[in-house]
Amino acid sequence: MLRLVIRRLLQLIPTLLGLSVLLFLWLNRLPGGPASAILGERATEEKKAAINKLLGLDQPVYVQYWRFLKRMVQGDLGTSIQTGQPVWDEFTLRFPATVELSLMAILIAIVVGIPLGYLAARRRGGWLDITAVSVSLVGICIPVFFLALILKGIFAVKLGLLPSYGRLETGINATEVTGLAMLDGLLTGEFDATWDAFRHLILPSVTLASIPLVVIVRMTRASVLEVLGEDYVRTAESKGLEARVVRGRHVLRNALLPVVTAVGLLTGALLSGAVLTESVFSFEGIGKFLYDAIGGRDYPVLVGFIMLITIVFVLINLLVDLAYSIIDPRVRVN
Amino acid sequence: MTAPIETTAASAEAQPEAVLAGAGRSQIEGRSLGQIAWTRFKRDKAAMAGGVVVVCLVLMAALSKPIQAIFDLDPNKLNQDLVDPALQAPKGAWGGMSWDHPLGVDPGFGRDLLARVIEGSWVSLLVAVGATLVSVLIGVILGVMAGYYGGWVDSVVSRLMDTFLAFPLLLFAISLSASVQDGFWGLTGLPLRIAVLIFVIGFFAWPYIGRIVRAQTMSLREREFVEASRSLGARGPFIIFRELMPNLVAPILVYATLLIPTNILFEAALSFLGVGIAPPQASWGGMLTDAADRYESDLQYMFVPGLAIFITVLAFNLLGDGLRDALDPRSK
Repeated sequence: MLRLVIRRLLQLIPTLLGLSVLLFLWLNRLPGGPASAILGERATEEKKAAINKLLGLDQPVYVQYWRFLKRMVQGDLGTSIQTGQPVWDEFTLRFPATVELSLMAILIAIVVGIPLGYLAARRRGGWLDITAVSVSLVGICIPVFFLALILKGIFAVKLGLLPSYGRLETGINATEVTGLAMLDGLLTGEFDATWDAFRHLILPSVTLASIPLVVIVRMTRASVLEVLGEDYVRTAESKGLEARVVRGRHVLRNALLPVVTAVGLLTGALLSGAVLTESVFSFEGIGKFLYDAIGGRDYPVLVGFIMLITIVFVLINLLVDLAYSIIDPRVRVN
Repeated sequence: MTAPIETTAASAEAQPEAVLAGAGRSQIEGRSLGQIAWTRFKRDKAAMAGGVVVVCLVLMAALSKPIQAIFDLDPNKLNQDLVDPALQAPKGAWGGMSWDHPLGVDPGFGRDLLARVIEGSWVSLLVAVGATLVSVLIGVILGVMAGYYGGWVDSVVSRLMDTFLAFPLLLFAISLSASVQDGFWGLTGLPLRIAVLIFVIGFFAWPYIGRIVRAQTMSLREREFVEASRSLGARGPFIIFRELMPNLVAPILVYATLLIPTNILFEAALSFLGVGIAPPQASWGGMLTDAADRYESDLQYMFVPGLAIFITVLAFNLLGDGLRDALDPRSK
């Protein structure tokens, strides 16, 4: 187990090095470049040259790359052109919001998706099965930002039931502990803040949940259908085990293994979806900030965020692999 | 799916003994794989419907300029008189729908939405199909190499595919397409944006094809006809192009069809985020950005581009699923 962790963390180094070369080349070798992003398109050549000298951009490429790498290793990701704040601070400020949104989305997808997929497989061809298959087809075909707009239009604008943007109402004062707004409210006893954060979270997380939900329903359905046909299920039934025990211990437990793998592979899709969802709901997470950074051509933010997201991403995959070896003892043996 | 046997009127009437005796009125004919697949495909109503919609969409996209000329639909003509100056929303109910503007007009500018949806269709399909071709090219080359040669080539390609499939590709695509500026590859404006989107999306979507091709190649490699060819002295390139490729055409066709809708969604997402097709050129993703900016004054607007994307993606998915069932019934 420990060896797996160490090996994976060591693999992170070449990945990040390769990524840093790509990002560096992309950042510095393109026409326009940081000087015109800072000064604007109409800046004079002298001013651009001065900025380039200040940033060390008049040096040879390998010197620049070395300095870039040295700064990165020291944890200095530069400052945002838009806000003037360090990129690291901008990231840590917004990261909990995206974590909260993604966790909620995954939770909704699991709570709805696994029972739906299971029941659809048990009553194959029934109305629930047809519903599950159609829902997942619609889920695949609908762009996540269109779904976001529909939900926002109906529940926030037309019906006025839920807030349409942000994480918390302006009037509510909430003490920040972990950055996860709902959890903070519970920890500090500010239950009105928890309730408000929850109301703000409903629409974005339901939108984002559509991505994992489709995969979970399809995988669970296919996997349960397969397991139901296995010999050991028939054996368990024929030796007179209670139906409840067969379903829980023999069918579900085996059927959920591929589902766990699929959920683990969804991290990337979830992050991409978070960018779109957060930008529609003005949910102040890393996705929304990246979206704003594109508009402002905020290169340090783009580079720094992509590096940090990659690290987070590799760590999440490592956790999924560890979780997998706990659920499935066969993995540990090999 | 059941076996593709169609009983003709003659054979249905014939008694079993008569068939055995060869007294049936119709001759038994051999059917090619294509004919068998077509028979299966015809029975799949959802796939047929998807196919018809796809054909209509492709015609609409290919003939968008003549259609716009004949019906006098100009996607960029401003009709400020149709827009309420105070609200910036179209006058009248249902987003300004009328005989002249069947889908209404857009808020702010009063541009005809039907014309803009038609205009957006060719951009969307061109990018999606172009990107799919790029993916097929990269995916087939790397997939066949990994599947056929195995060993370290396979490990490298497989690791690469795993990484690509799991990463938040949208972020990389955003950064790439946001940073390309006028004059790249000697292109400017719309042709540049389209070329960039085709390459960026195609570059990130290739593992979907590569994975399938690799798996198919690995199973084909062990078959007798490949062994026979090798024992007659055939080398790698000959086996790949003359023995493996003809057998890979069907799966490639199926998964390329299924990749098109994914790429349509990818393009729409990039245009929605403002790094795809730039306004004033109409694109479905870009129209949704406008709709998102003005959803408070004109809620209906988003359904026009949104449903255009939804219907297109659904049609391609149904067609692709149908093709898969028809060409490779075992895969289900």
